[in-house]
Amino acid sequence: MTSGPPPTADDPTLHETTPPANKPLLILATVLLAIPVIALLWVDSYARIEPKLGPWPFFFWYQFLWVFITAALTYTSYRIVLVARPHRPMHHRDEHRPDEQTDSDRAEGDR
Amino acid sequence: MSNVNGVGLTVLILLFALVTVMGFYASRWRRPPSMESLDEWGLGGRKFGTWVTWFLLGGDLYTAYTFVAVPAAMFATGAVAGFFAVPYTIVLYPIIFVFMARLWSVSHRHGYVTPADFVRGRYSSRELSLAVAITGFLATMPYIALQLVGIQAVLEVAGLGGGSNWVAKDAPLFIAFALLAAYTYSSGLRAPAVIAFVKDTLIYLVIIVAIIYLPTKVGGWDAIFGAAQDKMSTPNPATGAPTGSFIPTGIDAHWAYATLALGSALALFMYPHSITATLSSQSRNTIRRNASILPAYSFILGLLALLGWVAIAAGTQPIGLDGEPNAQLVIPQLFEDMFPAWFAGVAWAAIAIGALVPAAIMSIAAANTFTRNVYKEFIKPDATPKQEAQVSKLSSLVVKLFALVFVLTLDRQNAINFQLLGGIWILQTLPAIVFSLYTRWFHRWGLLLGWAVGMVYGTITAYNVVNPTTGGHFGGSLADIPVIGTLGYIALTAFAINVLVAALITVALRAGKVDNGHDETIAGDYFADAGDPRVMKRLPLVGEPTGRDTTS
Repeated sequence: MTSGPPPTADDPTLHETTPPANKPLLILATVLLAIPVIALLWVDSYARIEPKLGPWPFFFWYQFLWVFITAALTYTSYRIVLVARPHRPMHHRDEHRPDEQTDSDRAEGDR
Repeated sequence: MSNVNGVGLTVLILLFALVTVMGFYASRWRRPPSMESLDEWGLGGRKFGTWVTWFLLGGDLYTAYTFVAVPAAMFATGAVAGFFAVPYTIVLYPIIFVFMARLWSVSHRHGYVTPADFVRGRYSSRELSLAVAITGFLATMPYIALQLVGIQAVLEVAGLGGGSNWVAKDAPLFIAFALLAAYTYSSGLRAPAVIAFVKDTLIYLVIIVAIIYLPTKVGGWDAIFGAAQDKMSTPNPATGAPTGSFIPTGIDAHWAYATLALGSALALFMYPHSITATLSSQSRNTIRRNASILPAYSFILGLLALLGWVAIAAGTQPIGLDGEPNAQLVIPQLFEDMFPAWFAGVAWAAIAIGALVPAAIMSIAAANTFTRNVYKEFIKPDATPKQEAQVSKLSSLVVKLFALVFVLTLDRQNAINFQLLGGIWILQTLPAIVFSLYTRWFHRWGLLLGWAVGMVYGTITAYNVVNPTTGGHFGGSLADIPVIGTLGYIALTAFAINVLVAALITVALRAGKVDNGHDETIAGDYFADAGDPRVMKRLPLVGEPTGRDTTS
């Protein structure tokens, strides 16, 4: 999580900007997330009885199947997002409001 | 209706007493050192590993909605009214994956505890913040009402109450309310992990037994789907139309199914209690990681929904104490008919406790929003933490009282509609919250006006839905979508109108160069993670010192 590009400490506007990201990877992650939403909202594509899976009408087993597909797609997106936009640590000296609290114990995270 | 089920009722009362006493003592015992058990309860408690977190979270997702309302809707009118909960809870996670990390980051950088806090910081708009806070307070009421209906259903089937005058007739409801109020008071949001373990063990035990054992008892899934198909195609005596849908057929049913799923998914994480839980996770990406394992719950939810059809195959007769059929009783009744008395008691306790705990959490989250964003902001800015805590306790009681009013005045035969009604309101806060996480293009007055139009449109349209059987208003949550002309979830239509109005007003105000308020956030705030400066490990609770002066 701390593998982002080192901030240039003398640039006070650094945190006014969005951290750099690999755009194509972010788009890929978004597409992966959009797939289950589109698939499940397109009810016409699965509101049917045949083909049955044993006693199960298509309508039911197909949606159950999407539970697992969605979990896989979301997890893949999670891994992609971690790579696509690595965390850029924030620094005290970049704080743009000197009146705010900057005690150092805030900087001690869990990781 | 059968008489009192002595064994079952005894088991129910014993388990209930066990959990209540445990909660009471556990919260006493834990309180002095810290109030940190919010972390344990919320998403990604830091003391537990992923699997334990997963287990606890799941227990919070199975409420009266999944155990009572969804199967009841399946039993009464079929797949469109009930099974949409499955796609709803699947598409939910990709959706929150996208924006929740941003909300986590900006909230932890600025000490925002509620979405209304964020909106205020983003636009320095007290009005928009008030609108968001009041909507959260209002929309939680019908959602709690749904939980009350769930507890009531259990008590009614167990045989508590009964009689001809209205107080005796509604005795199970009043007992449910009293239990909820007492439970909230004793344990509150600091519902300790021990309760969660007992509650979730009960819930999983009952779910596993129910979805494996019950289908075999009624002749397998072939018989279940056959019985459901027969019932749903039988004409309803009141309307002459088929009773319900086996699977959604026709363009109206497809649109209804899709819009119910999408609207509910967009709405869920706007509720104060959902946001509180999400923000209590330990890092920005915890939400995303959990989002990828949570869809597994939808699988079990789907099987629970189908219990409504198991009840059709089993010939369950959900008759209330007043002698009238009441679909909400179908699952407790199915358990009584099919299980030995003692296990019926265990199953009832799982449903009742599974409704009680989330209802307490919801009412406290709504009360905290009221205390922070209405009381402290508008009524008494110099309130002490003690006064805040008192107001919070009082307003959590007010939320529950209004929830009771919802149950008494609206049609409780269709409890899933309570949740859908809450969704109509809460979804109108999405533009102000979620859009603002990405852009300040929208003008604060545009967002406020869009919200107002969406609220008015949604409420009036929902009021005008009349139940064909009872003739009551607020009889459903589906209405014609203007322009498109098919049936759809009112929440989503109101949302579209909301966004349209917000955009039009924004264009006008931006052309007129009207001030859009001061933004106290910066771009980097939306990507902050645990360990960054000023990022709080834990957001303050109401009654604790708040904001930047916290020294934890």
